[in-house]
Amino acid sequence: MDRRQFIKIAGAGMGAMMLPINGRMVSAEALLEPGADAAIKKRMANVALNAATSKGATYADARIGRYLNQFVTAQEQRVDNIVNTESYGVGVRVIANGTWGFASTSDMTDDGIAKAAEAAVAVAKANSKFQTEPVQLAPVKSYGDVSWKTPIEKNAFEIPLKDKVDLLMNVNNAALDNGANFITSILFLVNEQKYFASTEGSYIDQDVHRLWAPFFATAVGKQGFKQRQGLGNPVGRGFEYLDGRPEDKIQIQGANIGYRNTYDIVEDAREAGKQLQKKLAAKSVEPGKYDLVLDPHHLMLTIHESVGHPLELDRVLGYEANYAGTSFATLDKWKSGTFEYGSKIVNLFADKTQVGSLGYVGWDDEGVKTKEWDLVKDGVLVNYQAIRDQAHIIDEKESHGCCYSQSWRDVQFQRMANVSLRPNEEDVSADEIIAGVENGIYIAGRGSFSIDQQRYNFQFGGQLFYEIKDGKIVDQIEDVAYQSNTQEFWNSCVAMAGKSDYRLGGSFFDGKGQPSQVSAVSHGCPTTRFNNVNVINTGRKV
Amino acid sequence: MAILSKSEAKALLNKVIGYSKADAIECNLNGEVSGNIRTARNTVSTAGELNDTILTVQSSFGKKLGTASTNEFSDNALERVVRRSEELARLAPDNPEFMPILGPQEYVDVKTYFQSTADVNPDWRASAADASISASKAEGLVSSGFLNDSATFAAIMNSEGLFAYNQATDINFSATIRTADGKGSGWVYRDFHDASLMDTNEASNVAVKKAIASADGKAMEPGKYTVIMEPAATVQLLLNMFNAMDQRQADEGRSFLSNKSEEPDAPKNRLGQKMFDERVNIYTDPQDPDTPTHPFSGDGAAVKRTDWIKDGVVTTMPNSRYWAEKTGVEYVPTPFTGGGLFGGSPSISMVGGDESLEDMIKNTRRGVLVTRLWYIRSLDPQSLMYTGLTRDGTFYIENGEIKYPIKNFRFNESPIIMLNNLEALGKPQRIQGCMIPPMKIRDFTFSSLSDAV
Repeated sequence: MDRRQFIKIAGAGMGAMMLPINGRMVSAEALLEPGADAAIKKRMANVALNAATSKGATYADARIGRYLNQFVTAQEQRVDNIVNTESYGVGVRVIANGTWGFASTSDMTDDGIAKAAEAAVAVAKANSKFQTEPVQLAPVKSYGDVSWKTPIEKNAFEIPLKDKVDLLMNVNNAALDNGANFITSILFLVNEQKYFASTEGSYIDQDVHRLWAPFFATAVGKQGFKQRQGLGNPVGRGFEYLDGRPEDKIQIQGANIGYRNTYDIVEDAREAGKQLQKKLAAKSVEPGKYDLVLDPHHLMLTIHESVGHPLELDRVLGYEANYAGTSFATLDKWKSGTFEYGSKIVNLFADKTQVGSLGYVGWDDEGVKTKEWDLVKDGVLVNYQAIRDQAHIIDEKESHGCCYSQSWRDVQFQRMANVSLRPNEEDVSADEIIAGVENGIYIAGRGSFSIDQQRYNFQFGGQLFYEIKDGKIVDQIEDVAYQSNTQEFWNSCVAMAGKSDYRLGGSFFDGKGQPSQVSAVSHGCPTTRFNNVNVINTGRKV
Repeated sequence: MAILSKSEAKALLNKVIGYSKADAIECNLNGEVSGNIRTARNTVSTAGELNDTILTVQSSFGKKLGTASTNEFSDNALERVVRRSEELARLAPDNPEFMPILGPQEYVDVKTYFQSTADVNPDWRASAADASISASKAEGLVSSGFLNDSATFAAIMNSEGLFAYNQATDINFSATIRTADGKGSGWVYRDFHDASLMDTNEASNVAVKKAIASADGKAMEPGKYTVIMEPAATVQLLLNMFNAMDQRQADEGRSFLSNKSEEPDAPKNRLGQKMFDERVNIYTDPQDPDTPTHPFSGDGAAVKRTDWIKDGVVTTMPNSRYWAEKTGVEYVPTPFTGGGLFGGSPSISMVGGDESLEDMIKNTRRGVLVTRLWYIRSLDPQSLMYTGLTRDGTFYIENGEIKYPIKNFRFNESPIIMLNNLEALGKPQRIQGCMIPPMKIRDFTFSSLSDAV
């Protein structure tokens, strides 16, 4: 499912439901049938690698993917649809004459796989005629036959359908009983079974699980309507994420409940109903400069847009110029070793290894073992995110391991790793951060996010806005968005909470590339304070 | 397997329906053969080809509905997918909004398939990309671009005798060409059904000129300006507005088309109300020679020319079959383009005038020319306020000519306000499967400056 389809489901303009049917739909029971085992996949992958090299490829990789999804959607007191999808096929990527080529097929016969490999070589050779920058791959270890699985406690695909339907009905009733007039709740369950093989000698079998349970509630008043989305996060966890354990809840005094490693979605829906009624009556923000306190569920998307994307090396180099854009964080700024991305307390790191994160895998989609590395250290830009064909440009000896493709159908390329903000070493609470603010606004939840194509100017909104006066949350306000410049914003960071407040947020549908592909990525951070930020009022009568 | 003829598709779907034991069955068959090439830094980056066909079967027992799909086409696989959809239907709860399948429909003839596009191969794509890069290199600029071509077919058959079939092709190309020092950027986009109309060199020269002309933009104060928006600058705002016109959302009080009147018998939506400048006319037409689409929607309903906004008045609102029946109005399906396996954006057409973009600039005393808008996000669904930024060529116009390039702006504006502040409409051009005129709009709100190029 791409972002456009998701917006059709989630958006206010939801009329006829467009359900995700990106692949072959199967019965729930069939989702639990064992797939082809590693030995069979290895034989099929070798057919692709041999066909590619026999046609002149100097490098080849094959990704055999079985992508299972389940989507359950409920509106108010009815289940709209239950969709099970399966997509199975192989994508073959090659280098011939120093040029990339790619082809994919769902014809999984030896002949079909070989033809796809040959087509990939033909594409590479056709394009090599005007290639001026031959591909240079950083070395990668040969891992032989290895496997990896997302650590989950409850496989979401094994939970009975009735339990899922009952959960969504409880969510919807909780919102409707407490002030919402409409609600759509959704369960997205994802299982990527992917097998990677390359001419470097790695055969990697991985079983990746992800889950997201968003809801979108609306209350209609005399003067119009207000919306409130759920404050849960997409995660790289099993169904246990929806257990909503008490030890994972953080009550912000006078405001919302934050959720750490598990999520109480029914409680959040109940809160949403009450907060919607307050939103309908809330006063509109007075524009001006405020000290902002941003909760992790909100700040994670600010990190995503203003740190994650500008520090993708392909964007810096111009490979995304025709779509997502380039980056203000140019190579000369990195080379200087003195570019102050943020204040001295700002430490941002990338990784593909945090437990529970969406990006957590053992190896990336070009067979590189995943790891953690610094991007901004003590406020200074120190590194980017790079894959095998980019590492040499920033004098790295190996890829960072952040190559990804959304399916067997699409070519893999550099995608954002989890990019996160390190918490305060002292265990300061979110309430203590708020207590230090005289005149400010506390923002929770992800709202409208827009940023320019070089990641300078941004304008971000949220779900819930609270006025802070003399260290205390006063009341909900509305129509808030803040506008800033990335470097100015991160240099206005003056305080952050500690490890016990650190939470992972995430995006299921980060879009990039042409043809556009989605990727799921998490961002961890604690509640954080930024001083003197420009706040605008987004309300307008038409 | 990817592209089946009408008779092949009919024979296959007849066989599938023959396996059915349900009260009703509906089948969708979609195939796609596509290819693409991507360039950056004046050379090729990635390229690929895709071939896929999917059969989706929806079975129902009473108000219980089950859906299953396959991309295997042996007799056994076909029977299995039918049985699977029936099992799911039996497990599903009753859907109170379930609607029975449609009977036979009559479809208008459309011309959506061009062999020239179906014949595109890796060498053709490589040449097209090379022609784009050559235009950039000739001026010492840096090009990145993308070309994607596809041939698709869609077939629908159900147990009430409905059968629909159509083939479509599509090719689209875009290029962003920047000055070597990164101080100027130009962009171009072209899309057609017929690949023989695609000239990537001619198109790229448009971006070349904009890249050179946009270098070293001056900073202007944010505020309200008269703007001339090229079609690429308004198409997404118009599509966002079109996608928010659903009747049910309006009737339920959660749309810009909700009627807020507290009178007991007042209509719940704003159908029939004048909401825009009277020159605003927006329609869809599957037979439009410039932007033809499948003559049916996803459920097989016949799609015909529909006026959504006429002379500034909201004349039609899309709805679902359930909501149409519940409110006693005609079912108005939403038409979709033929691109991709599962449709794309609606192909809307907005009526324009005869003026060229150049004429519109000549007739402007003071204003801003906008090439396109970027990262458009909703701020408020009830006022349809959006934010986003200008990109790849923003210029200051004074006394009928482009005076100098300016830095990019962030805007906070609503298409409702925009279509009320209309000054002039130019000649419509095809963009993203739509026909959109360049528009001159007064008092367009720019809220801040961006350093991005």
